[in-house]
Amino acid sequence: MEFGFTIAAYVVAAVLFILSLGGLSGQESAKRAVWYGIVGMFIAVLATLMGPGGGLAGASIILIALGAAVGYQLATRVQMTQMPELVAIMHSLVGLAAVFVGFNADLTILGVEAMKAGGAEMTGSFADLVAKKTPIEITILQVELVLGVWIGAVTFTGSVIAYGKLAGKVDTAAKQLPGGHMLNAAAAALSVVLMFMYLAGAGSWTLLLLTLAALFIGYHLIMGIGGADMPVVVSMLNSYSGWAAAAIGFSLGNDLLIVVGALVGSSGAILSYIMCKAMNRAFVSVILGGFGGASGEQMAVEGEMIAIEGDGVAAALNEADSIVIVPGYGMAVAQAQQAVSELTRKLRAKGKEVRFAIHPVAGRLPGHMNVLLAEAKVPYDIVLEMDEINDDFPDTDVSIVIGSNDIVNPAAQDDPNSPIAGMPVLEVWKSKQTFVMKRGKGTGYSGIENPLFFKENTRMFYGDAKASLDKLLPMID
Amino acid sequence: MTPDSAKALQKLGHECLIEKGAGLASGFTDAAYEEAGVTVIGTAAALFKDADIIAKVRPPSETEVKRLNSKKTLISFFYPVANEALMQQAADKGATVIAMDMVPRISRAQKMDALSSMANIAGYRAVIEAGNNFGRFFTGQVTAAGKVPPAKVLVIGAGVAGLAAIGTATSLGAITYAFDVRPEVAEQVESMGAEFVYLDFEEDQADGAATGGYAAVSSPEFREAQLAKFRELAPDIDIVITTALIPNRDAPKLWLKDMIAAMKPGSVIVDLAAERGGNAEGTVADEKVVTDNGVTIIGYTDFPSRMGAQSSSLYATNIRHMMTDLTPEKDGVVVHDMEDDVIRGATITHEKAVTFPPPPPKVQAIAAQPKKAEPEKTPEQIREEEAAAFKAQTKQQITLLAIGGGLILGLGAIPGMPASFMQHFIVFVLSVFIGFQVIWNVAHSLHTPLMAVTNAISSIIILGALIQIGSSSLLITALAALGVFMASVNIFGGFLVTRRMLAMFQKS
Repeated sequence: MEFGFTIAAYVVAAVLFILSLGGLSGQESAKRAVWYGIVGMFIAVLATLMGPGGGLAGASIILIALGAAVGYQLATRVQMTQMPELVAIMHSLVGLAAVFVGFNADLTILGVEAMKAGGAEMTGSFADLVAKKTPIEITILQVELVLGVWIGAVTFTGSVIAYGKLAGKVDTAAKQLPGGHMLNAAAAALSVVLMFMYLAGAGSWTLLLLTLAALFIGYHLIMGIGGADMPVVVSMLNSYSGWAAAAIGFSLGNDLLIVVGALVGSSGAILSYIMCKAMNRAFVSVILGGFGGASGEQMAVEGEMIAIEGDGVAAALNEADSIVIVPGYGMAVAQAQQAVSELTRKLRAKGKEVRFAIHPVAGRLPGHMNVLLAEAKVPYDIVLEMDEINDDFPDTDVSIVIGSNDIVNPAAQDDPNSPIAGMPVLEVWKSKQTFVMKRGKGTGYSGIENPLFFKENTRMFYGDAKASLDKLLPMID
Repeated sequence: MTPDSAKALQKLGHECLIEKGAGLASGFTDAAYEEAGVTVIGTAAALFKDADIIAKVRPPSETEVKRLNSKKTLISFFYPVANEALMQQAADKGATVIAMDMVPRISRAQKMDALSSMANIAGYRAVIEAGNNFGRFFTGQVTAAGKVPPAKVLVIGAGVAGLAAIGTATSLGAITYAFDVRPEVAEQVESMGAEFVYLDFEEDQADGAATGGYAAVSSPEFREAQLAKFRELAPDIDIVITTALIPNRDAPKLWLKDMIAAMKPGSVIVDLAAERGGNAEGTVADEKVVTDNGVTIIGYTDFPSRMGAQSSSLYATNIRHMMTDLTPEKDGVVVHDMEDDVIRGATITHEKAVTFPPPPPKVQAIAAQPKKAEPEKTPEQIREEEAAAFKAQTKQQITLLAIGGGLILGLGAIPGMPASFMQHFIVFVLSVFIGFQVIWNVAHSLHTPLMAVTNAISSIIILGALIQIGSSSLLITALAALGVFMASVNIFGGFLVTRRMLAMFQKS
């Protein structure tokens, strides 16, 4: 098959990928858009296998089939609440693949040099490509592969740690080794030194060492970021996996890799930006971990938390005409989305207006709550964004906060000394009555006191969200 | 007192007496009272002698005041401003008089606010009386016998009576408009289902909360604007219910002769302010008059009495709550606590002294101050701001372009930079651009599917591994094979999970 045909296939694939991302602007077009992505991927892989670059097509197909089987298992078994973990662990695979491809490029360069020096013959399409390159091109190639390997390695360990934190296998609190960010800085500096040594021809061991330094950075950086910041971390890692692919694309001279890597990279970057904006925090301070910038005493919280039982909540719901439900990570943890959906169905059947208010950083992944509610068959047209619904709270009879905390914290508006001051929040306290479903009296992920819980029109409905809702359901009539 | 409230009073430790036949008009027989443990006394005079606390509705007559002494407490409507002499007389006698019309308007005292109870009844009854004299339906109907337009009701003064009238009129199906000098009640009016009539008038209007929730006298300019609005409305309105009262003053004249003349024949005006002279010109207190052009003006002042059973039960409950506050220990001993805002406010004579008017209550604020709206920006200001924002944006873009362009040019200027790299670089930069443009349009709710899909397509790195797998070096082939395997896990996992998620998004 001609080389030109492969390029043409790549162009088609690239267009399909762009359409696939563009289609995500609406729920219905998104369903079509996924197919664009799938077809694009199929064309790209097929063209590579049949094209002049592909070798060992049979073995490759077997490997792909194996991977497909594993992927299928993963995708069908995963629960929607575990989506953040799944996305995180899949990022790590991309990162690791980038590292391997980068190593291979290095090995190929060495092999080709050896061949040129009269050593063993080096064959393979990539080797042929490398053999044609000028020394400067080789240097650039090395820069690119170092970048690819470095980013890939950071993505790999970072994603593994993020997965651990999201799955509850690693402590979610922000933890760092003694030395903190100095260690990261030292590792980064070491990486730069090693890169120059590698470029100067010091040998492959520098690349290995550089990879180790990057692995450490990925591990240590994400360990230092608290659980509440995971949405930013996951989208950041998403971005990194894209840049890694783009860097590898440069080193392999493959335009499709560059295009897709750039698309994914910018997508992740925008998501991180949106998440940061939703939390009113600078990207750098999220990455450097921990909440910063709080100065002075926080406002003392007055009043007391008043607990309420299911019958009280049911009575209020039976009375209310308009209800807004604010779900948070707690709903995901308690797997309460089905119960929430059932509650919604019952209330709507009685002619009440029920809507959902989703804060951009609710949950541990951008859009996490939307997916959970969709899984539970809550129609998406009653699920609204923060900006769409915030003005409606004064007209709302009852708001129910299910397992969220910071995103409904009035201190963000009232208390300039609060660590989350200025973060846009859902103004649930403006509704006539607010019920907060919460496991216990603690302060939650970020450790910030929430004055909402102490407000006069707020009642605390303690207990596991799912158990509480199951108790509540029979009382709604 | 009703038999029910008598039982509650007995629980407070009090003994209850009632004048013979007092409840008959409201449908409570003496037998019913006796059953509830109340002693029925033959005459009012004997009752005054036997009882320590006397509760009645109307202000006492002179003879009744003469019957009081320092051991007696009288609870009734009193209108201390109008009945100053009587009040002095009661004080001289040493009696304690609690005026139900002086109960301060604070939330805690609402349960004993008899004015509100009575106003509520008056508002309701006003609509009923109007309907009685109005020859058409309230509600619009399309019948086989033709179309009936709905009645249009205007309620002036949105106090308790006004709001009650609004509620009654809207529930009967009329189109209801309401006006009040206090713009902050617009929300309450709208909540009852009426349309608030706004004036085009620029003046800082007196804040109702400062005058204890009552209307204050308005400026002449304001009055003119108000009358002009009414004049404009008059021809369309079928029923006018006026409830405008200013405490301790004659009722303002708001519905003038020319407005009455402009109304359609058969229209009805119910003037709830008739006792104070009336809001409409031509109101005769306690009478129903029909003008030359066929407009009925109802000036009854006894609306609560026209609904005796309802009034009695509400007033009895108000009195009972007052008694509950007066007997905090529930042992039948009256403790007249002059430190208590509610009791202090309602007491007009105590221990031989006139204690009217009361000091302002300690508990302030009936309604929260309406937030001052931010001054509207003029179009020029808005345009200026937009221009400034545009300028800033232009500046920012130019700076970014300069930096980006400089970097790229610098990269290209590196000696010996191969053309092949620069070609790839073009592709890279353009892709980043496309990525930014496309991703901004992604719906918020689809961010998780977006991540899954980008995750799947970032496995395009499989191409790199596929290219390398054909190498002669075993190590390279092995690493590439691993890469192919992992990437394909990602491809299939990512796409499948995205499809699973998207399939769940359903419209209602």
